[in-house]
Amino acid sequence: MNFHEIVRFALRGIGANKLRSVLTMLGILIGVAAVILLVAVGNGSAQAIADRISALGTNTLTVMSTSRGASLSPATAEALDDPVLAPDVKSVSPVVSTSATLTYEGAEHEISTFVGTTPEWFTASNFPVGTGAVFTDDDEAQARRVVVIGQTVAEELFTGVDPVGEQVTIGGALFTVAGVLQEKSSSGFQDSNDTAVAPLSAVRQVLAGYGSLSSILVEAHDSDMVDTVQSEITTVLNQRLDADSYRIQNASQLLETQTETADTFTTLLGAVAAISLLVGGIGITNIMLVTVTERTREIGIRKALGAPRRVILSQFLIEATLLSVIGGGLGVAAAVIGSRFEIVGVTPVIVPSSVALALGVSVLIGLFFGGLPAARAARLRPIDALRYE
Amino acid sequence: MSARPVLDVRSLTKVYGAGDTLVRALDGVSIEVERGEYVAIMGSSGSGKSTLMNILGCLDVPSTGTYLLDGVDVSRLGDAQLALVRNRLIGFVFQAFNLIPRTSAVANVELPLAYSGMRAAERRRRAMFSLDLVGLADRAEHEPNQLSGGQQQRVAVARALVTEPALLLADEPTGNLDSHATEEVLRVFDDLNAAGRTIVLITHEDEVAAHADRLIRLFDGHVVEDARIGRHAA
Repeated sequence: MNFHEIVRFALRGIGANKLRSVLTMLGILIGVAAVILLVAVGNGSAQAIADRISALGTNTLTVMSTSRGASLSPATAEALDDPVLAPDVKSVSPVVSTSATLTYEGAEHEISTFVGTTPEWFTASNFPVGTGAVFTDDDEAQARRVVVIGQTVAEELFTGVDPVGEQVTIGGALFTVAGVLQEKSSSGFQDSNDTAVAPLSAVRQVLAGYGSLSSILVEAHDSDMVDTVQSEITTVLNQRLDADSYRIQNASQLLETQTETADTFTTLLGAVAAISLLVGGIGITNIMLVTVTERTREIGIRKALGAPRRVILSQFLIEATLLSVIGGGLGVAAAVIGSRFEIVGVTPVIVPSSVALALGVSVLIGLFFGGLPAARAARLRPIDALRYE
Repeated sequence: MSARPVLDVRSLTKVYGAGDTLVRALDGVSIEVERGEYVAIMGSSGSGKSTLMNILGCLDVPSTGTYLLDGVDVSRLGDAQLALVRNRLIGFVFQAFNLIPRTSAVANVELPLAYSGMRAAERRRRAMFSLDLVGLADRAEHEPNQLSGGQQQRVAVARALVTEPALLLADEPTGNLDSHATEEVLRVFDDLNAAGRTIVLITHEDEVAAHADRLIRLFDGHVVEDARIGRHAA
């Protein structure tokens, strides 16, 4: 009896009890799809977090003063831009941040982060202009009253009007809108598009006064040098300030922490999924074992009719393989289709190893619990197999 | 009669259990069956007739004694060769029909031929011929649960004789059938025997045994009677 014939026997065996076959495959399908999809959701959310953090700029450091001292001054910022002591610093942007109310033709909009800074800030903070233009170093030097507004501000104040070139009132002074920032994905609860940026000198003149800076944004040449830059600027700052009067926030450190958190999350989801695969596996086992009585008798009949053990074993192994492989394959397909949709606000990203793992485990379970009873029954004397209850 | 008996068992014993619970199902049974004979084995339940039948059908092995089937010592055969013997030399009809469920009648009949490696077309032709022999050619595509008990048993008979075995064994083939279905099946056996087929059947009904031409009676694992009866009685 050739292999082709045995495969046909196996197919007939699967077709002989369609409901049972379908249920078995469904069990495998759900188990496999659940594992792949849940891991993909965990992975997707981890990536989303990483994306948001890298949108903040991974090659930047933020120097902030602690509550103790009003210590950061524009002079401090200038000192950091030192090619000798801090050669890896690409740019330094002093930042004052204040809340302000913008008024345009009677419409008012309050923003919590009205930023005064230098033009380098836009590249350093990874926040390019969408329409219009950034203000220039000259604007900064002349304290010209120009402002670049965020998307949210543009939508709130200028419905149906191109904001570029219009004049808004901020803190009693007129500012000309020079540009609108590109939309940026928000991190956390704050809408990062609800902002406006103006030259540092202008903001100090009109709103913030000539006190200390809110922070200094330091950009490294690339993200690998962030740690070097951190030690460089620490040295510079320590010459001028108390070591505990400022702190340095590092975006890549933040990214690392957040990624670790997300990894934990993925592991947790994976564990839940693994349990569902296990439950699915027990379901498969159950179905396979429940049918043993009937199949054992069938094996007895087949042996009595002169079927060699090898043929019986091959048939049942092929049946079990087909069931678990088809079920697993459909599970992978379901997971791939499912991952195209957003799940609880996360776009799932499939992890290839989870596909291999889920498929492997379910196929092994199917093979083992489908094949083992068949192998046992095929070894029995026909009369014992026929009498099996 | 030809020199070599189809079936030759010598001082066969079969022991179940051990110690206090030891049961001698067969206790020194010797029988020879010649080609073309129609033998009925009778006995009360527990007389060992089913055990004997299972050993004759190579479904079970004896504890001691020899069994020559068509001159071949069955106890010397390995698993693969036993499968071959069951496939080629023996057709077995069970009391419980033992058709493969959810599989058409003709596919059931084809099964032994499939295991002997016959090509599909030839298999189908022979299976249909065999079904026709038991009068069920028009039920070929029916599944066992769509057939009556008598029809199922006739399918089982068709399956047993499709390989043209030297020996047709039937273990209470009419045990689960009503009188009408019993008649159907027995008529098939009569026809087969008339065509020269060797048949051994177990029964506890005298009417069934009356169809045979030799009656062997078992009691407590012994042969207590071995007589020619019916049409061929001397």
